[in-house]
Amino acid sequence: MTARTTRSGRRAPRTRPGRVPWILVLPALVGLAFLILPFAGLLVRAPWSTMVQRVTEPEVLAALWLSLSTATVATIVSLVLGVPLAWLLARTEFPGRRFARALVTIPLVIPPVVGGVALLLVLGRNGLVGRYLDAWFGLTLPFTPAAVVIAQVFVAMPFLVISVEGALRGADRRYEEAAATLGASRATVFTSVTLPMVLPGIGAGAILCWARALGEFGATITFAGNFPGTTQTMPLAVYMAMQRDPEAAIVLSLVLLLVSLAVLATLRERWVNL
Amino acid sequence: MAAPATRTPTEPDPVPRPGLDADLRLTRGSFDLDVSLSCPPGHVLALLGPNGAGKSSALRALAGLVPLTGGHIRLNGDDHTTTAVEHRPIGVVFQDYLLFPHMSALDNVAFGPRCQGVGRSEAREHARALLEHMGLADHVASRPRRLSGGQAQRVALARALAVRPGMLLMDEPMAALDASTRVAVRSRLRRLLEEFEGVTVLVTHDPLDAMVLADRIAVIEEGRLVQEGSPAEVARRPRTTYVARLVGLNLFRGRSREGTVTLDTDGGGKPTRVETREARQGPVLVAFPPRSVALYQEHPHGSPRNMWRLRVEGIERFGDQVRVHLEGALSLAADITPASLAELGLARGEEVWAGVKATEVECYPG
Repeated sequence: MTARTTRSGRRAPRTRPGRVPWILVLPALVGLAFLILPFAGLLVRAPWSTMVQRVTEPEVLAALWLSLSTATVATIVSLVLGVPLAWLLARTEFPGRRFARALVTIPLVIPPVVGGVALLLVLGRNGLVGRYLDAWFGLTLPFTPAAVVIAQVFVAMPFLVISVEGALRGADRRYEEAAATLGASRATVFTSVTLPMVLPGIGAGAILCWARALGEFGATITFAGNFPGTTQTMPLAVYMAMQRDPEAAIVLSLVLLLVSLAVLATLRERWVNL
Repeated sequence: MAAPATRTPTEPDPVPRPGLDADLRLTRGSFDLDVSLSCPPGHVLALLGPNGAGKSSALRALAGLVPLTGGHIRLNGDDHTTTAVEHRPIGVVFQDYLLFPHMSALDNVAFGPRCQGVGRSEAREHARALLEHMGLADHVASRPRRLSGGQAQRVALARALAVRPGMLLMDEPMAALDASTRVAVRSRLRRLLEEFEGVTVLVTHDPLDAMVLADRIAVIEEGRLVQEGSPAEVARRPRTTYVARLVGLNLFRGRSREGTVTLDTDGGGKPTRVETREARQGPVLVAFPPRSVALYQEHPHGSPRNMWRLRVEGIERFGDQVRVHLEGALSLAADITPASLAELGLARGEEVWAGVKATEVECYPG
């Protein structure tokens, strides 16, 4: 907010706020504990003595690298496709706009596994579209890193679209009118006025999108499979490790936790309050 | 001016009038605007009117931000009725200035020329010169939020003028300023507007802004042009009660016969007469300032004035005077000194004699 200090500099007399009601504080504290305790559990049970050795195992590093790179590529793809989509939904009138808006939110509400099955049916080797990709271009998507990215974009892009659309709706359109009166075309208005003004919203959307992509599990394992080195991302590696070596799962979880916290903290400084 | 070769023989206006010639008609829901405006180059036209009268809609229509449902907009003989906003030869100063918050003052001003295809360094040089001319040399690099209201207004004006428009449109240019800076900013704006060679149309609800800044005033009420004239004309001879209240005059409508005006009455009742010094005939408007009204406890004998017995409806301070609102055969305001108020011992509900000299009464065709 652009709050200005009052000219007189006088301060209004403060009234004491009422007592904090326990009926709100108690559930709030329980909720906070519920969110924090599992991580405390991870820290307590972590095999600290063998930590360095376990973390630097090539399989772990490969999974980590795959996760970070696919989530970043998925976020970039989502930005390229999602920002214009958000603009279309927020700034234009076309028949079926409300319906399109509802469609965008579908990946948010369906289980990611279902999304993975759907992707397989469409883009799989015998899928509706996939069969032509295979026949015409010799392109098979399932069980490749590209499939990991596609699965992540499918589940994560709606977060970006919804966030950016909200920012666009909240932006003062009179600035766009002002730009138009100065001779700016619609494209120029978008790039030099609208985009800079909704940048915080885009930043917030991109962070949400990246975090969601990093944590993607269901659609990835269904559509991209679970091949170490090519499609086994960190969440998949954690799940697999849990079956045979729970300590390894703890280590992987801690690494994933640490990396996401580090990235979010750095970005949050720069962008917005999430 | 050379005749444009593209002019078709069917063009309805064979002699292009320099300046603005607009007939604005637009209907939106129950709101209906229908005003004709004209303004020669180098002049300032003020659209004055109450909130919701349609003056801002008229300005937005001139800017191309709302489409007309009828009429035309011509500027220096060129038809711009359907020209897209970004191609109109206009500059707009918006009510809250709407300076782009993510750009410096300089980049705000350079934005228009850049959109018109001027090179980066040339646009910035032009913008810098404009800002310096407006006394903003120290604020070239400032972000809009660091500017005072008056400075922001000048940056907005510079931004609008940077595209070298044929017409400058200003929407309530003084509304975003606080009262303490208004006088200085207003006279500065007047000087800057005097230098502009194109047409200026500004919208205001403040008669003082209109009087100081404009060469002509167009009064708009409920989507219609109710009066147009020089500030002096409008101030002396208001045509509606709204304008009369703005310029502080008592206004009545009636019919004149040899200088005696019989006022129109809403219902029945005795006809009220006003003596004027002008021997007009037919429907007229009658106006006089509140300070020319004198109040008496007793009817002064042998007085040639207009004299009415009226009831005191309200008393309020008005500058160093006291304004007394009177009701009865006619409702009018009288300005008297606090001393005479004390002498008369007036209170709400009491009756008093109110008189006006015929020579103080302005009478003009209605």
